[in-house]
Amino acid sequence: MTSPSMPNPTTFATPSDREVVVTRVVDAPRRLVFEAWTSPKHVPLWMLGPEGWTMPVCEIDLRPGGAWHFVWRRADGTEMGMHGVYREVSPPERVVHTESWGADWPETINTLVLSEQAGKTTITLTVLYPSKEARDAALKTGMKEGLSESLARLAEHLRTAA
Amino acid sequence: MKPRGYEKHRPKRLDQVFAALADATRRDILARLASGEASVAELARPFAMSQPAISKHLKVLERAGLVSRGRDAQRRPRRLEAKPLAEATQWLENYRRFWEGSFGLLDTLLDELKAREREGERPNP
Repeated sequence: MTSPSMPNPTTFATPSDREVVVTRVVDAPRRLVFEAWTSPKHVPLWMLGPEGWTMPVCEIDLRPGGAWHFVWRRADGTEMGMHGVYREVSPPERVVHTESWGADWPETINTLVLSEQAGKTTITLTVLYPSKEARDAALKTGMKEGLSESLARLAEHLRTAA
Repeated sequence: MKPRGYEKHRPKRLDQVFAALADATRRDILARLASGEASVAELARPFAMSQPAISKHLKVLERAGLVSRGRDAQRRPRRLEAKPLAEATQWLENYRRFWEGSFGLLDTLLDELKAREREGERPNP
């Protein structure tokens, strides 16, 4: 199996004061992307964020009103859980669900849209916060990255998004 | 003007910060200020732009809390304010770390799924 040396860029945008939009192109038909995104068999293999995390719990009841629950775990035992409810399920192109990290976190509404062109799929994930205040509260988590490193990365993101 | 203090910067400025960062000239100005304070004339020099044009960009950056004015009354040097920028970048950084890590693994999984399908298309021996 060969994987491309340069991965496709992931772009991040804030089109309104309540939203964050993440966009990424993958080299596969959307039928497969939908499967990878919504099957408990596949999700724990990839939705792991930065290195060092596993997903020991992945429950998905993929239907409107159905619940989902993910738990991530790090080698040192740290765990993070996330849960929500599906609102719309339209294979292979669209899923809308709520997402919450717990009582102290704002519940977001996440919309996944998959569009296919020439065998490639554009993934567009829109995260909608209940209010601008709630979105801004999300930034109070962690502040450990060095400024210059972050600035360089941000500039890179913005150039990519432009 | 209110006294400057990091505790005064509230995340409500985030949208102004992102709007300010959406312009290439303003990002270049911030990059220049990251290596030390500079006067408007010094900032204008590398750009093919008048000082009033640079001042306009600086106003946007100041409103977003990204740039402040130093004490020297003659030069009125501008300096980078690290906190709101760090807040804005950290916020994107959380998304970036999570999704870029995940998408890399998704690429690998999709390659496997495609290969498995190709296998499945072959007639059984």
